[in-house]
Amino acid sequence: MSGFSFTTQLIYVLAASCFVLGLHLMNNPASARRGNQFSTAGMVIAVATTLALIAHAGVISATGWIVMLAGALVGGGVGLYAARTVQMTAMPQLVSMFNAVGGGAAALVAIHDYIRVAAAVSGVGESTTITTLLDVIIGSVTFSGSIIAAGKLQGLITSAPVTFPGARVVNLLLAAVGLGAGGYVISTPSLAGLWIVVLASLAFGVLMVMPIGGADMPVVISLLNAFTGTAVAMAGFVIGNWALIIAGALVGASGGILTKLMADAMNRSISNIIVGGFGTGDTPVAALPGAGAGVKAIAADDAAIQLAYASKVIIVPGYGLAAAQAQHEVAELAELLESRGVEVSYAIHPVAGRMPGHMNVLLAEANVPYPQLKEMDEINPEFARTDVALVIGANDVTNPAARRPGTAISGMPILDVDHSKSIIVIKRSMGHGYAGIDNELYTDPKTSMYFNDAKAALAELTSAVKTLVG
Amino acid sequence: MSTALLTDLVIFVLSLWVGFEVISKVPATLHTPLMSAANSIHGIVLVGAMLIAATTNSWVGYLIAFVAAMFASANVVGGYVVTGRMLKMFRKRPTATAAAPAAAAPAAAAPAAAGPAAVTRDGQAS
Repeated sequence: MSGFSFTTQLIYVLAASCFVLGLHLMNNPASARRGNQFSTAGMVIAVATTLALIAHAGVISATGWIVMLAGALVGGGVGLYAARTVQMTAMPQLVSMFNAVGGGAAALVAIHDYIRVAAAVSGVGESTTITTLLDVIIGSVTFSGSIIAAGKLQGLITSAPVTFPGARVVNLLLAAVGLGAGGYVISTPSLAGLWIVVLASLAFGVLMVMPIGGADMPVVISLLNAFTGTAVAMAGFVIGNWALIIAGALVGASGGILTKLMADAMNRSISNIIVGGFGTGDTPVAALPGAGAGVKAIAADDAAIQLAYASKVIIVPGYGLAAAQAQHEVAELAELLESRGVEVSYAIHPVAGRMPGHMNVLLAEANVPYPQLKEMDEINPEFARTDVALVIGANDVTNPAARRPGTAISGMPILDVDHSKSIIVIKRSMGHGYAGIDNELYTDPKTSMYFNDAKAALAELTSAVKTLVG
Repeated sequence: MSTALLTDLVIFVLSLWVGFEVISKVPATLHTPLMSAANSIHGIVLVGAMLIAATTNSWVGYLIAFVAAMFASANVVGGYVVTGRMLKMFRKRPTATAAAPAAAAPAAAAPAAAGPAAVTRDGQAS
């Protein structure tokens, strides 16, 4: 190793250290912005070092410079525009698209490396091609899978699970074709074989995500994020660059942790998700005897009085709140109650949004201070001393049936909403959550149902509080 | 197995552990910004795209380099900007610009701006 390349590898490790430090600073909302800046400093260092390395080697052609700069400018411009204009409700789609292009770029690095080495007379060294193949496979699966996930989240592709008879057989065939061709291109350098691997992986990515329902998206996005990280780490093996290996491993770990958290929150094991395909919990479940009966409806005025004279209120937002774009209305109601001396906090279930932490971002955008946003384990003991729990657009995550064995959601961690002294549920109708079962919370004698669209209901509640007790 | 591959593997495995340690301490409230920050970080594959552009001399190579550089820099720039945008929204206290009822917002915002003396005065006045 020459002195120059020795130095550049050291600088790459410095850049990677910036990534670690940046992620470490994200352990607290107060320091997180500094963390983001540290990560970016690491990226600037890595790119500058690479530029120096390329200039020092001096083999790059003028076309090479133009191609590199043009690609970076176009991509950077599109990324900047998307990042500046995206609505917070559309964040899952954006992250999914970023996963897609990250996986795609990693796969391209490996494809190019294979083409270059295969063209050499000596053939391919075995250890190089295993990581190259892993990079191609994981990167391609991530690319097509993430595009499908983004399409589903954006509503371009139906968010309902899409399955067809024999889908699993096709999946197995694709896996067999991909691995068979993979084994072949390791023993014999073959470009055609490589393209078969690429196409099989792309098709596999599509078929992996198509059967997944919209409510399962938090798991899928996290998993694809982990895939992207792993693909980038493999690209680091392929080109022998430690910065890529470390950064990819960090992202892989991050995606892995989030996948585990989301899977636990939805009561699915990771192995069930990866091996068995994603069940969607759509098997019809027999309704409980008497369910649907005994539901008590409430009018805006009565609900407003309950809230205004409570001393402690917990708001339980679910995806219905985000879908109705009602996060600003809920924040306004909460501030009004607080100004009357009511203690207000928010109970956020891990899968309240369409991706990990999504609901927190939506509420932060509506100016809710983050100390009011409580995680499930933190808030659950507090329900017992809560006067009113206000449930907005959340369903399965509040269903006490999860505590009993034998239901579709048994064992799923839930918010202990039923422990509070009274409960108001804002809901458009008695429709089911994605688990397709009745929510026993709604028939609880302590529960009042306020049937309305979340946005309209919250606006009515706010004005009722103002006129009645303001 | 070559020494280089072994070194790479050791780095990969240790980085995974570091990642697990560091990221398990990120609170749930920041998980979305964490994912977009991760998007930005895996944009490091830009380095790979740049090296392709530097070593290739075929049109296929240039095409691959262009698309890879485009994808990766979208990650780097977009991930960084959108993470910053989200993190800016996380505040400890409500701001005065919030659509708050008239009574609450000034009372909360004024002491912060005017210092401890104003707190006492406001407190007595109201």
